[in-house]
Amino acid sequence: MADAPDARRIGPVVGTASLAGAEPRASLGNRLAGAVLLVPGVAWLTLFFVVPLAMIFVVSLGSRDALDRVVLDQLSLDNYRRAFDPTFLPTFLNSLRYAAATTVLSLAIGYPIAYWISRYGGRHKALLLVLVMLPFWTSYLIRTYAWMIILRDNGVANWALQAVGLTNEPLILLNTDFSVILGMTYGFLPFAILPLYVSIDRLDPALVAAARDLYANGRAAFLRVTLPLTMPGIVAATILTFIPAIGDFVTPDLLGGAETTTIAKVIQELFLEGRDWPFGAALGFLLMVITLGGTLIALRPLRSEVVGA
Amino acid sequence: MSDRNRWLTAYTLVGYVFLFAPIVVLILFSFNDSRRNFQWKGFTFDWYPKLLANSEVLDALSVTLRLAAVAVIVSVVLGTLLGIALARLQFRGRAATETLLLVPVVTPEIIMGLSLLVFFFQLFGARGSFLQLAVAHITFCISYVAIVVRARAAGMDPRLEEAARDLGATALGAFRYVTLPLVTPAILSGALLSFALSFDDYVVTTFNAGVGSSTLPLYIYGKVKFGVTPEINAISTIIVAVTAVAVLAAWRIGRRRAGGQEASSA
Repeated sequence: MADAPDARRIGPVVGTASLAGAEPRASLGNRLAGAVLLVPGVAWLTLFFVVPLAMIFVVSLGSRDALDRVVLDQLSLDNYRRAFDPTFLPTFLNSLRYAAATTVLSLAIGYPIAYWISRYGGRHKALLLVLVMLPFWTSYLIRTYAWMIILRDNGVANWALQAVGLTNEPLILLNTDFSVILGMTYGFLPFAILPLYVSIDRLDPALVAAARDLYANGRAAFLRVTLPLTMPGIVAATILTFIPAIGDFVTPDLLGGAETTTIAKVIQELFLEGRDWPFGAALGFLLMVITLGGTLIALRPLRSEVVGA
Repeated sequence: MSDRNRWLTAYTLVGYVFLFAPIVVLILFSFNDSRRNFQWKGFTFDWYPKLLANSEVLDALSVTLRLAAVAVIVSVVLGTLLGIALARLQFRGRAATETLLLVPVVTPEIIMGLSLLVFFFQLFGARGSFLQLAVAHITFCISYVAIVVRARAAGMDPRLEEAARDLGATALGAFRYVTLPLVTPAILSGALLSFALSFDDYVVTTFNAGVGSSTLPLYIYGKVKFGVTPEINAISTIIVAVTAVAVLAAWRIGRRRAGGQEASSA
């Protein structure tokens, strides 16, 4: 999340690049220095991130023996076939449903907030954005737990509803679709606000003013100027909330109760209880493919903000 | 201010209340003088000293802190070197290295957790240990450190290093006395973010913890599944406070840019 490159900075960097190229004297030393800088981190991530991911893929092609050990004699795509079996369809659909609802809610809640921060945040913009991100950094588990305090039968929400006389007896709020979607929306709202803010902040207000000058009413100016021009942010926000929501395990487990099944919950059970690792690995690999594909597409227009590249 | 703006302001205010209300409720209820804790019965500080008498909590806290310390130290070293390399060097495979750095950040935690479980079990027959947890935590922290350090190193004037070399500093000397001090704020914020990430990680930890390496989030999760208790509210409040302080400090340090420029984005 660096600030945008400016002329001041590009100048010297470009200058050095060409300078370094014209300096054969230092090239051996540079190479050594480069290796010292690069190799440890790259080696670590390769060994403990890339290799384990590759192993999941291999395991997902295997099967298990009577003792639940992974067997890799005959590799096949059986586990993937099983993943697309109609019996698993409801689980996939359930995850999709939660993720879709979370995304729609996050956009609806996030867009006006992002818009307000960009237009009226003034010199407090940075602080306002940090405040949005602060809940994200404070333990996801604990934030989810906080909703348990609020939503359970004798929790804060029911107490408040009864205090103002809206209901006489406690409503069942916890362990419902409502609580899962609420928890996920709460958890991933910051991921929506950030990219929305970036694209709204880039929109030149003069364009909206021009539309108004040309007799567009507020609604038309928004629908035909602001909305299309902030579409990259909307797309990024959609994917950045949808993806983590689909892979979320904590929220459906804590706020959804025993009867809520999602793909992440099934994976967790397969690994830690059921011990059908090959099938769990196949589901995990599918989740990984969906996630990575989606995120890389979403991040393309936002790369400079996120990586500082 | 027009009516529309007023509505928008009100909406944003409600949005911020939505973001912070659950955390405020959690903190309030950690001071509630009631076991059943669904109604406010008066202020008490009792739940906090009780934690100190709970050896399970203290053991978990000790594991969590030692784990975070290892994760921070190793990931800061590896991430800093990587961040500086990406900001400074032109090399083949640069795009691949960038992707390698970015992918762990967007990988679902559950995938990272189970892939390391598979890795350690299939290769070493390991069933979770402190060491395994340390490797896992270091792995998800490196990228954050590298991204923060890289952003700062990229904003640094490379002529400063060149000047040091011209004045007779060795490559190592220029790195030690010029580059490193200039990226120190980013290293500090990377360290604080890593600490926050490691300190409250649940998902990756649950796949890689073994007997005797149970962390505070694992302890909390185990209790939370069976209901809400004031003790858990108190531990949670402490964790929220610790991580919030770490993240805010990281932000403050990160804002101070080379040459005193303020960051325009968060």
